[in-house]
Amino acid sequence: MTTDKAKEKAKEKVKALLLPMAVLLAFEAWARATHLQSDSLAPPSEIAMALAGAFADFSILTATRDTLFSTFAGLAIGTVIGLALGIAFGISDTLNRLMEVTVEAIRPIPSIALLPIALIALGFGYRMEIVIVAFACVWPILILSRAAVRSIEPRLMEVSRALRLPAAQRVWKIIIPAALPRIFVAFRLSAGIALIVAVTVEIAINPLGLGAGIMLAQQALRPDLMLAYLVWIGVIGYALNILLVVAQHRLFGRAALSGDSA
Amino acid sequence: MNRIATIWLWRAASFAVAASFIALWQLIANLKLVSPVFLPGPDRAWASLMRGFSNGDLWSKLAGTLEHMAYGWLAASIAGIAIGAIIGSSRIMRTYVAPSLEFLRPLPVSAIIPVAIAMLGLTQAMALFVIAFGAIWPIMLATIHGFAAVEPRLYEVARSLQMSRLAVILKIALPSASPDILAGMRLSLTVALILSVVCEILAGLDGLGHWVLLSARAFRSADLFAGVILLGVTGYVTSVAMSMAEHRLLAWQASQR
Repeated sequence: MTTDKAKEKAKEKVKALLLPMAVLLAFEAWARATHLQSDSLAPPSEIAMALAGAFADFSILTATRDTLFSTFAGLAIGTVIGLALGIAFGISDTLNRLMEVTVEAIRPIPSIALLPIALIALGFGYRMEIVIVAFACVWPILILSRAAVRSIEPRLMEVSRALRLPAAQRVWKIIIPAALPRIFVAFRLSAGIALIVAVTVEIAINPLGLGAGIMLAQQALRPDLMLAYLVWIGVIGYALNILLVVAQHRLFGRAALSGDSA
Repeated sequence: MNRIATIWLWRAASFAVAASFIALWQLIANLKLVSPVFLPGPDRAWASLMRGFSNGDLWSKLAGTLEHMAYGWLAASIAGIAIGAIIGSSRIMRTYVAPSLEFLRPLPVSAIIPVAIAMLGLTQAMALFVIAFGAIWPIMLATIHGFAAVEPRLYEVARSLQMSRLAVILKIALPSASPDILAGMRLSLTVALILSVVCEILAGLDGLGHWVLLSARAFRSADLFAGVILLGVTGYVTSVAMSMAEHRLLAWQASQR
C-alpha cells in the first residue's frame, strides 16, 4: 500500500519535470537551428556555461554573499522590531488602539519608496539596503505576531497572572513559547519578502550583490550571463523557501499549520 | 456609555497619538537634530505637497504612476484569471504545469527587469510587461487553488446537467473561487505599486518613482518626502478601495452562510 503511494508520488514528480525539460530542449533546438544572435536570449547550454564560469571566478558567489548578508541583516533587524511591537500590541489592547492610526499611516508606504530617502541619508552600500529590507519585514511580523499573541489560550494568561510572574518573565516563559509556531510562519513569509526587497534594491540602484550582477550582465550585452544570474536568483529563492518550510515542519510539526491560514 | 461613542473616543485618542508623533518630527526638524538636507519638517513636506498639487506637477506624476499600476494590474488580472482557469479546470494541466509554476513562485520578480530591459528597452512597454508579470502570480495561483478547492459535488451536478467546460468555468468554478481570486488580486495590487515605482526609477518614466529619485538626487528633501507620503497614500487608498470592492462582490456569499 505504502509503496504504491510512494510510486504514485514519484510518478507525479516525473510528470512535473516533463514540461520544463521539454521547454528547455525545444528552446535549445530552436536556438541552434536559427543560429540565435540576441541581446536578450541565449540557449540553455550557453546559460549553463555562463553559470559555471561565474562560479569558477567566484563572482556569483561573492554577489550571493552580499545579497544574503543584506537580506539576513535586514530580516533580523525587522524581526526584532516587528516582534517587540507585535507582542506589545498583542498584550496591551490600549497600546494597540492608541497606535492604530500611526501604524496604519506608515504601513502602506511601499518599501521601495524609501529607497531615495535611504540613499541620501546613508549613501550606497549595505546600510541603506539593510534599512529598506528591515522596514519591509517589520509589518508582516508585527501583524502576524500581534494576532498570534492575541490567540493564545486565555487560561495560559490566567495561570501567569495567578503565578504573579513579572512582565518580562510572562513574555519570555508564556507568550513567546505559545505564539512561536505562528511567529515562525510570519518569519518565513518575511524571509521571502526580505530576499525580494534586497534584490529589487540592488537592481534599482545599489551596486551590490546579485541584483547589480544581473544588471551589469544586461548592460554588458551578455544574455547568457544575465539569464544565468536569473536562474541562480530563482534557485536561491526556491532554496530559501524550502529550507524554511522544512525547518517549520521539523520544529513545530502540525502546530505551525494552523497559523498558515491566518 | 454606548459602544459607538467608545469606538470614536479610541479613534480620537489614536489620532492624537499620531499627531504627537508628527509634532515630535517637527520638533526634531526645528532643533536640527538631523540635518535638514535629509529630514525636512512636516511643515516643509506639507508645503511642498501643496505647491506640487497647485502647479499640477504632482498630479501628473501621480497620474503616471496610477496609470502604470492600473494597466499592468488589469492585464495581470485578466491573463491571470484566464490562465488560472485553464490550468485549474483541467486535471492534466494541474499535474503537468502547476508544479512548474509553484517552482517559479519564490523567484524575486524584480529579477525579470533586466531581461525585460534587454528585450524591450527602457520603455513604457517594458514597465507594463514587468508589472503585469509580477502581478500575475498571486492571481493565477489563487485561481488555480480556488478551482481545485471547488466543492466536488458541484462538478457532479454540472456533469449530470451536461454543461460545457466553458459553462462549468463561468457558472460554477469562477463564482466559487472568487474569494481566492479577489484575495490574490489584492496582493497583486501592492506588487504592482512597488514594481511601478521600481520601473519608473530605472527607466525614467513619468511618475512618482522618478519624481522621488530626482528630488533625492537634487537634495530637495521636502519634495522627496512629499512624494513618499503620496506613495503611501496611494498604497492605502488602493488597498481600501480593493477591500471595499471585495466586500461588495462577495456580499452574496456572506448571505448564503
